[in-house]
Amino acid sequence: MIKNIWNPHFETMPREEMRTVQSERLRDVVERVYYNVPYYRERMQSLGMGPENIGSIDDLSKLPFTTKQDLRDNYPFGLFAVPMSEIIRVHASSGTTGKPTVVGYTRHDIGLWSEVMARTLTSAGAGKSDFIQIAYGYGLFTGGLGVHYGGEKIGASVIPISGGNTKRQLQLMKDFGSTVLACTPSYASYLAEAIEESGFNRDEFKLRVGVFGAEPWTENMRREIEKRLKIKAIDIYGLSEIIGPGVSFECEHQCGLHINEDHFIPEIIHPDTLEVLPEGELGELVFTTVTKEGLPIIRYRTRDLTRLNFETCACGRTLVRMNKCTGRSDDMLIIRGVNLFPSQIESVLLEMDETTPHYLLVVDRVNNLDTLQLQVEVEDRFYQDKISELQALRMKIQHQVESTTGLSVTVKLVEPKTIERSEGKAKRVIDNRKMV
Amino acid sequence: MIIKQLSVFLENKSGRLHEVFTVLGASNINVSACSVADTSEFGILRMIVSEPDKAREILKEKLFSVNVSEIISFATPNEPGALSKTLQILSDAQISIEYLYGYSIGDKSFIALRCDNAEKAVMEFQRHQMELISASELYKF
Repeated sequence: MIKNIWNPHFETMPREEMRTVQSERLRDVVERVYYNVPYYRERMQSLGMGPENIGSIDDLSKLPFTTKQDLRDNYPFGLFAVPMSEIIRVHASSGTTGKPTVVGYTRHDIGLWSEVMARTLTSAGAGKSDFIQIAYGYGLFTGGLGVHYGGEKIGASVIPISGGNTKRQLQLMKDFGSTVLACTPSYASYLAEAIEESGFNRDEFKLRVGVFGAEPWTENMRREIEKRLKIKAIDIYGLSEIIGPGVSFECEHQCGLHINEDHFIPEIIHPDTLEVLPEGELGELVFTTVTKEGLPIIRYRTRDLTRLNFETCACGRTLVRMNKCTGRSDDMLIIRGVNLFPSQIESVLLEMDETTPHYLLVVDRVNNLDTLQLQVEVEDRFYQDKISELQALRMKIQHQVESTTGLSVTVKLVEPKTIERSEGKAKRVIDNRKMV
Repeated sequence: MIIKQLSVFLENKSGRLHEVFTVLGASNINVSACSVADTSEFGILRMIVSEPDKAREILKEKLFSVNVSEIISFATPNEPGALSKTLQILSDAQISIEYLYGYSIGDKSFIALRCDNAEKAVMEFQRHQMELISASELYKF
């Protein structure tokens, strides 16, 4: 086996050959959705096209898009392409607004999910001698079980501890000698803090690598986690509509996430004009699943913003790389007309010695003017006796945030440990504006 | 002569001050002096307690942010002009006052004071035969 590559045939396939594989598989999936999913058949017919119009991946852009709303409109199983008797698993996203989105897997799909997760974990340096502590939530969320099946496939010892119960996480991590940690980056950062406070010595742990995903995180946050946990932090990417975790993954070079493009064909489009953008440009990521049976999806709009890099990686993979997502087009805040990603605030806070990355943004609208308040916890030693120093610190944070984001902000220093710690996806923004 | 003072960072939320004193009371720690400095955003509770180090640990356990600073305390006669005379000593010695708090009853006033050079202030007060309050007097109850 080539070092840390699970499936060299596909992961290092010459690009021309990959296009042939993708074209073949695309023709197949288009036929399947056309004949088995009324929704896609109608959409294609209304565009005056049929499976015969799709000859190769050059024809991909002729196909209609799918959005999260389309999944909701066809709740729960309307877009499934096989009889329910073939579905062996369903997952669902936590429906924060409206109905949840439901996804279904055949036995073949679970196999392919295990395959792409085996690639992901192998790429992170995990193997059969590793203990993988899976602190992603198990259940309807795809994180836990997705990593679980990949871990079993590579023969590692899987610890299905699920999220939460931090004290037990640390105990088992130490006693079992977990070498790989899988969870959200915000929970990893929380665990780092918990280890420091637990009184355990870092040398009592064997942890060496983390596979973190399910929410956007910054390079600064990565460095912070790597430093505090003394591990290598690997970014993984996925979404339940496409498969769950396993859509793309970093290798040891940490220079972009390799997309399992023999299964999930990526495109980058302009989020407003919906035009496909030239190679290397920043835009919204779109995926077409070409091998999935249960819920094949055509041109799914992820809302994630990134760019693609088709160069062969130093690790030897030819799989196209996507950049770390710079944000989601739907977690982007527009404040007084200025775009703001919470990750920008996070970078500022991580760069300052005085502040912790525990923060909350409160957006409101007063007299038709948007207001932005940043609540932030300060490192313990900086809570001073002198008011003048605290005010100066407040002004310093305010100045840093303003100069980075171009937005005026009021900073509120809050007591330590009062900002809610997340054991899943971190809640960073409260938007109290009434949008009409 | 230098006294340890605890400062607790508090957000402006009702009940926070009460919580601090409840925690200290439950641990049998006496508060002999206190003051709250407030801004629109937050407040700082400053206090002199019977066992500063123990109180600090207890409050930290309860996730309060606690800072220990050094102050001095002295008594002046409870009469017009007494404080002025005392502060003149500091001003002549080029010592800056950060803040002070105090109270008078009977024939005496008691002042707790933070300045930029506590040791020098103690020396100056001793030289002028001022009545300094020792830590042991304030900590006991």
